[in-house]
Amino acid sequence: MEYFIQQLINGLTLGSIYGLVAIGYTMVYGIIGMINFAHGDIFMLGGFAALIVFLIVTSFFAGIPIALLLLVMLLVGMILTGLWNWTIERVAYRPLRGSFRLAPLITAIGMSIVLSNFIQVTQGPRNKPIPPLVNDVYHLGAITISLKQLLIVVITAVLLFAFWYIVNKTPLGRAQRATEQDRKMAALLGVDVDRTISITFIMGAALAAVAGGMYLIYYGVASFNDGFIPGVKAFTAAVLGGIGSLPGAVLGGLLIGLIESLWSAYFSIAYKDVATFAILAFVLIFKPTGILGRPEVEKV
Amino acid sequence: MALETITMTNNTLLKVEHLSMKFGGLMAINDLTFEARRGEITALIGPNGAGKTTVFNCITGFYRPTMGMITLQRRDGREFLLERLRDFEITKLAGVARTFQNIRLFSGLTVLENLLVAQHNALMKASGYTILGLLGLPAYRKAVDVSIEKAKYWLDKADLTDRADDPAGDLPYGAQRRLEIARAMCTGPELLCLDEPAAGLNPRESAALNTLLHSIRDEGVSILLIEHDMSVVMEISDHVVVLEYGQKISDGTPDHVKNDPRVIAAYLGVEDDEVEEVISEVEGGRL
Amino acid sequence: MSNPSETGNAGTMGQALKEALFAGVIAFGMFLLFVGIETYQDINNALVWRTRWGLLAIFVIVAAVGRFVTVAFIKPHIDRRKLNKAKSGVLEISDKKSFFHKHFLKIALVLLLIYPFLSLMIVGKQGSLKYVDNFGIQILIYVMLAWGLNIVVGLAGLLDLGYVAFYAVGAYSYALLSSYFGFSFWLLLPMSGILAALWGIILGFPVLRLRGDYLAIVTLAFGEIIRLVLINWTDVTKGTFGISGIAKASFFGIWSFDTGATNNFVKAWGLSASSVYYKIFLFYIILALCMLTAYVTIRLRRMPIGRAWEALREDEIACRSLGINTVTTKLTAFAIGAMFGGFAGSFFATRQGFVSPESFVFLESAVILAIVVLGGMGSLTGIAIAAIVMVGGTEVLREMSFLKVVFGPDFTPELYRMLLFGLAMIIVMLFKPRGFVGSREPTAFLKERRAVSGSFTKEGHG
Repeated sequence: MEYFIQQLINGLTLGSIYGLVAIGYTMVYGIIGMINFAHGDIFMLGGFAALIVFLIVTSFFAGIPIALLLLVMLLVGMILTGLWNWTIERVAYRPLRGSFRLAPLITAIGMSIVLSNFIQVTQGPRNKPIPPLVNDVYHLGAITISLKQLLIVVITAVLLFAFWYIVNKTPLGRAQRATEQDRKMAALLGVDVDRTISITFIMGAALAAVAGGMYLIYYGVASFNDGFIPGVKAFTAAVLGGIGSLPGAVLGGLLIGLIESLWSAYFSIAYKDVATFAILAFVLIFKPTGILGRPEVEKV
Repeated sequence: MALETITMTNNTLLKVEHLSMKFGGLMAINDLTFEARRGEITALIGPNGAGKTTVFNCITGFYRPTMGMITLQRRDGREFLLERLRDFEITKLAGVARTFQNIRLFSGLTVLENLLVAQHNALMKASGYTILGLLGLPAYRKAVDVSIEKAKYWLDKADLTDRADDPAGDLPYGAQRRLEIARAMCTGPELLCLDEPAAGLNPRESAALNTLLHSIRDEGVSILLIEHDMSVVMEISDHVVVLEYGQKISDGTPDHVKNDPRVIAAYLGVEDDEVEEVISEVEGGRL
Repeated sequence: MSNPSETGNAGTMGQALKEALFAGVIAFGMFLLFVGIETYQDINNALVWRTRWGLLAIFVIVAAVGRFVTVAFIKPHIDRRKLNKAKSGVLEISDKKSFFHKHFLKIALVLLLIYPFLSLMIVGKQGSLKYVDNFGIQILIYVMLAWGLNIVVGLAGLLDLGYVAFYAVGAYSYALLSSYFGFSFWLLLPMSGILAALWGIILGFPVLRLRGDYLAIVTLAFGEIIRLVLINWTDVTKGTFGISGIAKASFFGIWSFDTGATNNFVKAWGLSASSVYYKIFLFYIILALCMLTAYVTIRLRRMPIGRAWEALREDEIACRSLGINTVTTKLTAFAIGAMFGGFAGSFFATRQGFVSPESFVFLESAVILAIVVLGGMGSLTGIAIAAIVMVGGTEVLREMSFLKVVFGPDFTPELYRMLLFGLAMIIVMLFKPRGFVGSREPTAFLKERRAVSGSFTKEGHG
């Protein structure tokens, strides 16, 4: 039982990270109907930004409190990746809006290749390890919870709340929801659609950056390649939860995290990703629009 | 309305019995019974939201009805229960073809190609399910010639011969409507279901459509159509069924329906209790 | 206000300056950490950093100048051209096609047929290895894969992000069956195709109900599952080590290309020993396979099944209303597309003599899909051009050792291969969203064959 709970905690931690990244996929999909394949690499950029900030800050202020350090790492990561995603949308996606559906998909895949190779070229292909930042571990009977895990879950929860508040309670969120429903009508009613879409990209990137930073803290290492696997898993989470649905993205992320850690614990680590993908396929076959996705009405 | 049963005579093509369709809590069609006779144009009319398109979708297999039976008897005597067939089988086996309220053409294919796609099943058989055709056997080539002749025939009927090699998406609206009908005819149907064929047409296009529909009927193909435009309905149909809130409120010749007080009430939008009043007025007027 | 164009120019210049400044600021923000700071490991393996302000300055200046030039010169130029075109009202369709244009395909085919000999004549045996293998065979493999995927994505409109799975099935079918049972290439080539087609049906069946992006992610998942199984099922596949020593293809059993064999091709013909003959032989095999793919695709497009694919891409509901069984139509598209992937895979295995899961990553699927879309969905010529430009272009980079003179001896152009590949994908899409050849050849005509403009064709929902 303790073992199970332990795995549950591990899964929840991982799931929080996937969930944060999945929100970016689902928001962009909801608002402009494209799969932003580069989003996984945005997550990777967020991790790298946190890493570099960590190096710079610790070399100037050796004794800086950990909490402040974390805050700076995540904040700078959010701002920088937000800027990146804003630029990417402006340069590679906006000119193709409303054109052929596959064109932005291809530019997104191209962008993903560019981003990971950009980091490979500028920062080198090797893994970048950092010393562990947060070491505290709590014991509850046989269960161990590390402060890292606690931090990740709490930060995720806080961000999700803030995010939920923005989307549901602010004029900006209203503009986003209106744009999602009907872009043309929203524009006619005075919503600045371009700006709304830009902000959506920035928000998605900021969440992904936090996820990237926490991923770095959790595993203690960053690599230019880190965008792909977590990116695909987060995308899987978004689709599993029902792409376009925000609660779905979080739910999907948690589910993927749980599947992964429970499968590794009870069956085999080697096949954990196979299990994740197989469950995705299985769910979609019986519920073709994901768990919380709106059923697609076939209008005849 | 009392339970009706329709006995299938040789003249009956389509028989809809006690058809009901429920969407969640909404009863879109409620115990609808009517028939369409061979060689006639049957019109299904009614105010917006009366469930006309739903009836169509049930007949053509896009929806599975909650209850009821839809029987189709082909000329050679074979009978099909349409609610048990899958959508493509209804066209393939039972010989029912349809058009859509929002035109659904293959806009990137040419007009001719649209008509060839419609002959898919015949050509598929002739090509030995692709394998023989890949070898270029003469039997297949002959079948292709036949299919092109058929396409030409309907191009001519629909007055589209000049535009045969243009992409379907490039045609003006009225021509697209006619092409959709011609495409449906190329499947070789016995019953053609048209969903608001005259919607959005200008008077000249409307007239061209009427000619096309009459010539289709003259070929022995029966037509079931949904239409809003009463003038079109009255002019071309032989038999009219009126729906309101998913129920049949009148059924008969155009003249009969035109004077049915319930129909007038439905179209003028009177309250239920006023219907009686209207009925008595009409009847009083007749006296 | 006497000269409006001049004031307009001044206006654009001001605007351009403003935008250039803005772009510079943005670029500064974007590249500050990633370019301006370099992280590396010191002797103690601890991660440290140093600054690269010079490089950062270059990035910022390039962004600003690039933006300035775009706004000040390129954009007005494009606008003027568009305006002129609109004014003259002449569309850019010329009826008269040049000789080259009319016989383009024939010329291309002849060039391909004599290509190995041309390269032998020009650069000799040793030099030809590179041109026949790295350029010829490599590009043709991608042409074949992209033509195979074109059936699924370009014709049937089903977005498949896991096409590489069938490539892997073909490659491993050949590798395993030839090393365990010793079957020959010519027996295993069709068998790999059939096995891949079978997998196409097996994987296609459950996803038939899925549409659009859901289909995309599930096909991606299937591709990853197959790769992960190849990695982890070590008893059979040897995992990440891969299978090596895969048998070479023989000259239809008559001559062998194994050096020790008695019926060795080189010996039989009295040639001097060189592996270039085998490469040339392989070149013709893959060329023949490509031609087969093209022939089948062209024939199928004119058959009811091919038309049904394209109709499916345009409107699935209308298809069903015409009595077309969309399930079997989709499955045949998956199966036939997969079959060509399987052929290409078994060819790949015999050419490399080695297969490992490394070769079948998602990036490969993405590259193949990119070639299909960049070429213009459905157009065989466009796709072939895209394969040559994208694959050939990145291969050329390997050859650019002269760049070392410019950028210093540490410069390895290969590092920038995928970076430039990605950039090229983006740039081509931005300028040609419908690919190099956006129009579609009709499959039948009454009076004259006129290409259908890309603006009418749809991209499919599934």
